[in-house]
Amino acid sequence: MIDILLSVLILTGAALTFIGSLGLARLRDFYSRLHGPTKATTLGVGCLLIASAVYFSVHDEGVSLHEVLVTLFLFITAPVSAHLLGKAALHLKLESLAPVPAQDDDVSSGPA
Amino acid sequence: MLNTALLIAFALVSLAFLLNFWRLLKGPDAPDRILSLDTLYVNTIALVVLLGIHRGNAVYFEAALLIAMMGFVGTVALCKYLLRGDIIE
Repeated sequence: MIDILLSVLILTGAALTFIGSLGLARLRDFYSRLHGPTKATTLGVGCLLIASAVYFSVHDEGVSLHEVLVTLFLFITAPVSAHLLGKAALHLKLESLAPVPAQDDDVSSGPA
Repeated sequence: MLNTALLIAFALVSLAFLLNFWRLLKGPDAPDRILSLDTLYVNTIALVVLLGIHRGNAVYFEAALLIAMMGFVGTVALCKYLLRGDIIE
């Protein structure tokens, strides 16, 4: 029973990790590439860490809490680094597939 | 059954590593390369955790924790360098 749960968690985590890296390799501009690793890979590694917490809680004595520490740290730091990467890309003016929005000048320079 | 799942997971994470390396070599701009390095360290945590389950040894988590902290610091330092041209002002 525990083995089935562990196998499902491990396979889900590995598949999500792979999908995140596939998104990093295949998507077309940087801002969409940022989606893959920040969401799918983080969730996949979270699944793997939960699997290992369950495994070591069952096989060793007591509840294993190291993995919760890694999970918490990863879930706090992933959005921060993604935000910094987005800011760096905007600063370098990387080109995006999305159309450029209208400037404020165009709106204010209407019939006045 | 657990061993089969672990083998499939090792293969999937290794493929993810190859895709990351491809983006690291190709990636047209600096933020792409930083993003692929960031993904590489997260995937390294996944691989270390899988190795810990495979060997049945709980010591590998100290390594995973260290990799998580150092990887985050590295990503932040590289992004700060791109943003400001300097890391510690």
